[in-house]
Amino acid sequence: MSEVQDELIGGLQTKAQAIREDIIKMLAEARSGHPGGSLSSVEIVTALYFHVLRLKSEDPQWPDRDRFILSKGHAAPLLYAALAERGFIPREELLTLRKLGTRLQGHPPWGMVPGVEASTGSLGQGLSMGLGTALAGRLDRRNYRVYVLLGDGESQEGQVWEAAMAAAHYRAGNLTAVLDFNGLQIDGPITEVMSPLPFPDKWRSFGWAVREVDGHDFQDLIAAFDWAKTIHDMPSMIIARTVKGKGVSFMENAAGWHGKAPDMKQTAQALAEIGAGTDFKGDNKHAE
Amino acid sequence: MQSKSSMREAYGRVLVELGKSCPDLVVLDADLSGSTKTKDFGKNYPDRFFNMGIAEQNMMGTAAGFALAGKIPCASTFAVFATGRAYDQVRNAIAYPGLNVKIIATHAGLTVGEDGATHQTIEDISLMRTLPNMTVIVPADAVEAVQAVTAAVAFRGPVYIRLGRPAFPDLFGDDYQFQIGKAAILREGEDAVIFAAGIMVSKALEAAAQLSVEGLDVAVVDVSTIKPLDRETIVKLAEKTGAVVTAEEHSIYGGLGSAVAEVLGEQCPVPMVRVGVEDRFGESGSPEELLDAFGLTSEHLVKAVHGVRDRCKKR
Repeated sequence: MSEVQDELIGGLQTKAQAIREDIIKMLAEARSGHPGGSLSSVEIVTALYFHVLRLKSEDPQWPDRDRFILSKGHAAPLLYAALAERGFIPREELLTLRKLGTRLQGHPPWGMVPGVEASTGSLGQGLSMGLGTALAGRLDRRNYRVYVLLGDGESQEGQVWEAAMAAAHYRAGNLTAVLDFNGLQIDGPITEVMSPLPFPDKWRSFGWAVREVDGHDFQDLIAAFDWAKTIHDMPSMIIARTVKGKGVSFMENAAGWHGKAPDMKQTAQALAEIGAGTDFKGDNKHAE
Repeated sequence: MQSKSSMREAYGRVLVELGKSCPDLVVLDADLSGSTKTKDFGKNYPDRFFNMGIAEQNMMGTAAGFALAGKIPCASTFAVFATGRAYDQVRNAIAYPGLNVKIIATHAGLTVGEDGATHQTIEDISLMRTLPNMTVIVPADAVEAVQAVTAAVAFRGPVYIRLGRPAFPDLFGDDYQFQIGKAAILREGEDAVIFAAGIMVSKALEAAAQLSVEGLDVAVVDVSTIKPLDRETIVKLAEKTGAVVTAEEHSIYGGLGSAVAEVLGEQCPVPMVRVGVEDRFGESGSPEELLDAFGLTSEHLVKAVHGVRDRCKKR
């Protein structure tokens, strides 16, 4: 690994740490929300916002920007934290999550929060919206790319597969989906509740280019995002193996932490385990 | 015999015209483009036409995605699928963010005919009307349909337009000017008023003609925009006549009748009768047979006007 690469990954790790810290603080302050699936996607979303996506935080509507749609909308704290760290919204606002009058709704609302690209939260809908935006980009001859983050439990929704079929049919090469494969949903392991496996075979048979990665390994993730950009005649799927609740020992691999906030004691422990972050501006050479 | 025109044919034609003047217009369909008549748009603008297959939920989500990128998507299929099958997508992906998607659905109501209850939506207006941000339009003839589609494309925000399957009697001339949110008074009258939508507007005019023979002067209003409702016109006519009948090819729950009752209950309570589909599903039959069997004819409207006037006299 080159020195530049070392520096990039070190920076991303620092950013991920800060975002994890934000997530825990936001959920503790809100006293409700979804830690498990927010923490499992931290590296995926950090890699996107601080390395992959071409964005201008001072111009959130920049027509040529890459789009990120959080289809698993319950990971809203993660999205808001990334948007704050990336300069789209003030960091102080993060602690208003889920409170009356806030822009930071329990699930991401389009049109209210700069940088939020679609209203999500009702599972299974983000890929369809991503497809529409991708097809519009092709019509307009813009070279932006659209990234959609799906949950593994979410993959039980039929609409996901309708969208998978349509994206392959229309050869949406500018559409990349990432699957947060943490293996757990509210009621337990996905294989016990309603198995959507095997993921790679399913997506391949639907006409997608598929690559499997370690969803907490930045090197792996960055290589996969680079790979996705080289595919132009079909949509691409990055299946990211992750750990639900990653980074907080008592939340890891515990379905019970899908949708509940830590109390004061648990918050202190979680923050201690995550460790304090330093201020990193990111190595987003495409941005600004 | 009055001339008739197909709203669907008219829709197909106006889409092709709008495609010329509006480069951002894209059209989506769910394997019914021959029936909804979006096929011609597809022939003329293949790049901007997307057949999404038999997958209405994805069609609505994809339409939302087009709107997010600044396009003006028109999503068409049968009304029962557009509003029922994909309700959560219309609610969460389109109405909640207020996206600029036009849901233009055909084959609404009982007049779908022989296909029967599974395909005859009698609850679509109700479903769409309760969604914040949604505009709901039910044109009464082909001329109004063309103008409603044109107005909807020019308007910014989600719109639901309900079209029928059969040809509807021609009501409006080329001088007609449709406006979103404005009801059209087609006939003035003092003795009662019929607020109607869709195919029932022509039935209401027939009923008013029959009643005039009996010496009754009945007003007829085409309430083509069900949301936002033209409260002013509705209250004005209710005050003037003191006897109200509503007429729609839809359940009496949640549609035009309910919308009018909500306004009048608060602002001008007068005796009122809602003519529509009672609380039951449709069935197979020819459109005219069904309208008769479900009480959606001019004869039924004549009876309803008499009934509501009798109640006025007893007050």
